[in-house]
Amino acid sequence: MTSIGTGYDLSVSTYSPDGRLFQVEYANKAVEAAGVAIGLRCTDGVVLGVERLLHSKLLVKGANRRIASLDEHIGMASAGLLADGKFLASRGRDEASSFRDNYNSPVTVQILSDRLSAFLQAYTCYGSVRPFGLSTLLGGVDKTGPKLFCIEPSGVYYGYRACAVGKGKALAKTELEKIVSKEAEGQPGISVREAVKEIARIIYLVHDDNKDKDFELEMTWICSESGNKHAAVPADLLAEAETAAKAALEEGMEED
Amino acid sequence: MANISSVDISRLKNGEVNLGTSIMAVQFDGGVVIGADSRTTTGSYIANRVTDKLTHIHDRIYCCRSGSAADTQAVADVVHQHAQVYTAVYGEAPPVATAAALFEKMCYDNKDQLSAGIIVAGWDKEAGGSVYNIPLGGGMFQQPWAIGGSGSTYVYGYCDATYQEGWSEEETVKFVKNTLALAMSRDGSSGGCIRMCVITKDKVERHFVPGNELPRFWEGKEVVGHMNGQRVGVTA
Repeated sequence: MTSIGTGYDLSVSTYSPDGRLFQVEYANKAVEAAGVAIGLRCTDGVVLGVERLLHSKLLVKGANRRIASLDEHIGMASAGLLADGKFLASRGRDEASSFRDNYNSPVTVQILSDRLSAFLQAYTCYGSVRPFGLSTLLGGVDKTGPKLFCIEPSGVYYGYRACAVGKGKALAKTELEKIVSKEAEGQPGISVREAVKEIARIIYLVHDDNKDKDFELEMTWICSESGNKHAAVPADLLAEAETAAKAALEEGMEED
Repeated sequence: MANISSVDISRLKNGEVNLGTSIMAVQFDGGVVIGADSRTTTGSYIANRVTDKLTHIHDRIYCCRSGSAADTQAVADVVHQHAQVYTAVYGEAPPVATAAALFEKMCYDNKDQLSAGIIVAGWDKEAGGSVYNIPLGGGMFQQPWAIGGSGSTYVYGYCDATYQEGWSEEETVKFVKNTLALAMSRDGSSGGCIRMCVITKDKVERHFVPGNELPRFWEGKEVVGHMNGQRVGVTA
């Protein structure tokens, strides 16, 4: 960030001489300040999990959710500015429902990611707007199978087998790579029930007790157990995963 | 009360070309069979006796048109264009349900101006063979079989009594051929030849039955007559 104060970061419609858009890069900074969000594509579905940081003890439990449903079969977890996330989710619902209206068929995760990424990209072109301070994970099961995409503030999107965005994403990605590489070695892929435990473990591992105080674990999935619909992971399974995650963390600390 | 007659959507303009028609589509395991007669009329004059009412929408999607020839051609052209754009944008063929939804939207939104009864049928990889009926007001109904046009009113009972699930392609083709022959025999606005089309994953195959080879299995002896104790003129 040596370029701060050079005047090329005042508008998103001005490139710096070396071809960068500083406002877009600042938007990425907003994402890095948010609690981690993880998506994992499994053999039988997709699981989304977020570390919802609590800035006050007065907050109602389970409020201010960061995972939204865009259609019956598609969930969206976002890391970044909460209000931007709600706006994007609302746009996503409109796109999903208009696709159903026009084509009498549910939208695929890929098509919805494409539409939303085009929407985000438009906010990197004009001086009168700011880019979304969001990285978004879109997960769902459609006619092409389980799918996971991540859309960045610039408007680019990629398909993933597993992805992490937000604070501590680097460590989370290393953990995810271990899971995914097992599949690459020819071992059977991970199931959604296993993924719930893995994501809980990773979020507890990534969470920084010193800097951030409390957090709530929020997790949803789309799998045959949920009727291929986007739904909250059952409370008992989530509690079980959290207990295991805490135990794993204790174990890790003893080793250190 | 004058405005009541002005919303009579089934009325054609003076001299407008009409598909007084018998059309049909039947689903079977792995595909659909669609069929139509070949008569186009302007009033009592047969403007075309070898019309093709089975209209291409996409590689594996066809529609059967009834009502105004001009209206249904225009609607089919628009949906055909939408289907091509869909393929360009999404990189795969549209499902039959999507093509039907596009027809439904056009027919419903413009119901006051259109006289179009359309059956959409075809094969896609999600649903296999499927049939959608879009009658006059622009409703949309998925059905195992659908009949349409003026001739269809004479053969509802025959279809109800005859159709069975689990037919092979050959049995389905025979059912379509027989039904259309019955409809064409009773309906003055239907006639000519039978055109049929079998749509499956692997093929779009056309069948043609000339007017002198139409099934006559239903003709009684009063019509066909007897010769040396044998029925004559029976072809099916």
